[in-house]
Amino acid sequence: MGDFYTIRSENDKISMQFHKKSLFILICLLLLTVVVFIISLSAGSSYIPVGAVFQELFSESDYPFILHELRMPRVIMGFLVGAGLGVSGLILQGMIRNPLGSPDIVGVTGGASVGAVLFIVFLLGEMSVNWLPLASIIGAAVTSAIIYLLSWSNGVTPMRLILIGIGISALTNAIVTMFMVSSESAIASKVYLWLTGSLYGANWQEVIILLPIILTLIFLSLFFTGIVNVKQLGDDIAIGMGVRVQFFRFLLLALSVALAGAAVSFAGGIAFVGLIAPHIARIILHKSFANLVVGSALIGSLIVMGADIIARTVFLPSDIPAGVFTAGIGAPFFIYLLYRNRKGFR
Amino acid sequence: MNKFINNRHIRWITLLVLLLLFVIASFLSIFLGKTSIPLSTVWDAFFHYDPSDTNQVIIRTSRLTRTLIAITIGASLSIAGALMQALTRNPLAAPDIFGVNAGALFFIVASATFFSVESLSGYMWIGFIGAGLAGAIVYLLGSMGEDGLSPVRIVLAGAAISALFISFTQGMLVLDEQRIQSVLFWLAGSVAGRELSLLLPVLPFILGAIIISLLVGKPLNILMSGDDVAKNLGLNTSLVKLVIGIIIVFLAGGSVAIAGSMGFIGLVVPHIVKGITGPNYQWILPISGIFGATLLLCADIAARLVIAPQEMPIGVMTALFGTPFFIYIARKGVKKSG
Repeated sequence: MGDFYTIRSENDKISMQFHKKSLFILICLLLLTVVVFIISLSAGSSYIPVGAVFQELFSESDYPFILHELRMPRVIMGFLVGAGLGVSGLILQGMIRNPLGSPDIVGVTGGASVGAVLFIVFLLGEMSVNWLPLASIIGAAVTSAIIYLLSWSNGVTPMRLILIGIGISALTNAIVTMFMVSSESAIASKVYLWLTGSLYGANWQEVIILLPIILTLIFLSLFFTGIVNVKQLGDDIAIGMGVRVQFFRFLLLALSVALAGAAVSFAGGIAFVGLIAPHIARIILHKSFANLVVGSALIGSLIVMGADIIARTVFLPSDIPAGVFTAGIGAPFFIYLLYRNRKGFR
Repeated sequence: MNKFINNRHIRWITLLVLLLLFVIASFLSIFLGKTSIPLSTVWDAFFHYDPSDTNQVIIRTSRLTRTLIAITIGASLSIAGALMQALTRNPLAAPDIFGVNAGALFFIVASATFFSVESLSGYMWIGFIGAGLAGAIVYLLGSMGEDGLSPVRIVLAGAAISALFISFTQGMLVLDEQRIQSVLFWLAGSVAGRELSLLLPVLPFILGAIIISLLVGKPLNILMSGDDVAKNLGLNTSLVKLVIGIIIVFLAGGSVAIAGSMGFIGLVVPHIVKGITGPNYQWILPISGIFGATLLLCADIAARLVIAPQEMPIGVMTALFGTPFFIYIARKGVKKSG
């Protein structure tokens, strides 16, 4: 296996392999992410020279407020959200073995929205915003459990899962609208901005809540590398090799739901990132799971940060939700996938 | 089965019962609301109109208008749904699933935001164009496969197209913050607070489309026996399909222009009706129309009363009731094709 670097724990319980060529691509992606990160910091309603950005990163600059209080949390938030959605989509697509699986299409995002909206409307006065991610993770978990149960009849077929997911999404949308219309208009526009998927107004407090959650979950998913690689071969072979398929499928789905729920909790429904990022990762990287996890995370965050740069510079002075642009890229991509898979499914 | 209660009788009985329910629902829709108005005033509003009486004005302007709009929208969406299900041979076809609503919505909001179109007839035509375009795209995407139109692919393509149009619409609305509240209510689909002047310019088109749709029942029956059979029977299949396509655009686009997007009516109604009348489109289309109108009237009455004195958008009500039905059809329909 000369093409791989292998990282193995001493007792061989945990191991992950990185394809050498992919490692190079991953490093390029990482560099690209750093570049986009810096561009994001310097671009905006007032342009800040790149030199000043570097100064701020390492010491103090002339723009402490804009950089440190406004842009930095926003950009980091974009990075975290993109990474979370990317990995969530990757796991989901692997688990239901369908290229069209993505948190928003399968209704996880919708469920997270319901959780978050209920929280904003009913609990925000009494509880601190720190609990918002938990509310949307619970919403996502409940919704995806409902979808999974409803798609069950002698097993779950991917197509039925997706169809039911679309149906349930319509229901969650209706519920969200219901609460928005029946609450005061100040809350309604707050919820609305949240729903479209905006990084506007991200602050350090939110970043500090989200950062450990997303990083831990992504790190956890790396631990399942070996199992997922085996599972790619099909359930039967995996069972034959001693993998507890049902157990790990549940565990991985739970990871995916938690990632999407946490990502959506502060940024709202940034659409289609979970769909596209894993696809791009699979095109440019070797298909071993550890590669793909890191790749999807980086590509997801590139998409979100890129969309956010467009969102807050192109239509100045307005600040458009980044979700509009991710949908603008994502929906055509989805249609392309449908076109490419036109022979694949009915 | 008793020979006296054959299919024909069932159809007539259904038609009569539905007409009765329809009249009752229309009456309730005029009678019930957040201000309770005595029956005698309702009577006076129609036959001894006194413009100085606020209650009579409410009846004549607000209640009557929304009742008429609910009837129009309910009938047109249901007929459009029945036609789409026939044309695509897809049990899950419906205006909202095809992205027709989202397309019309996007074009209307875009024209208002960027080209400051404000005339109602302008909205109407733009709504038609948007509806036609979105529907055509989804139809093409859905029929790309080797096996022709596939239900699942149409639903997926429709979901993607809807997501695209809706997120663009949301983007435009965020640009224009003052309008969020009002447009939001409209987005969710509502028959409230609309003036009769909104209905009137669209009405001739919708009525025309409904009348033509009653005439296409027979050719549609022939078409349902398969394209080849229909051609051999001397039917100009492409003409029939084109006419049906245009009817769908007028019905669905017109509805969105009046009342915003309203889900599931077009999906649910034809299914229930088909269950009662059997696969005869000469019956399915008119009964769907009446049933759809009745159902939407009921949904609207519920929307008014559920959280009174506030109002729920009627689109929310239809989605709450329609989703379980969608899931039922999805489970049943997809099992067949794997």
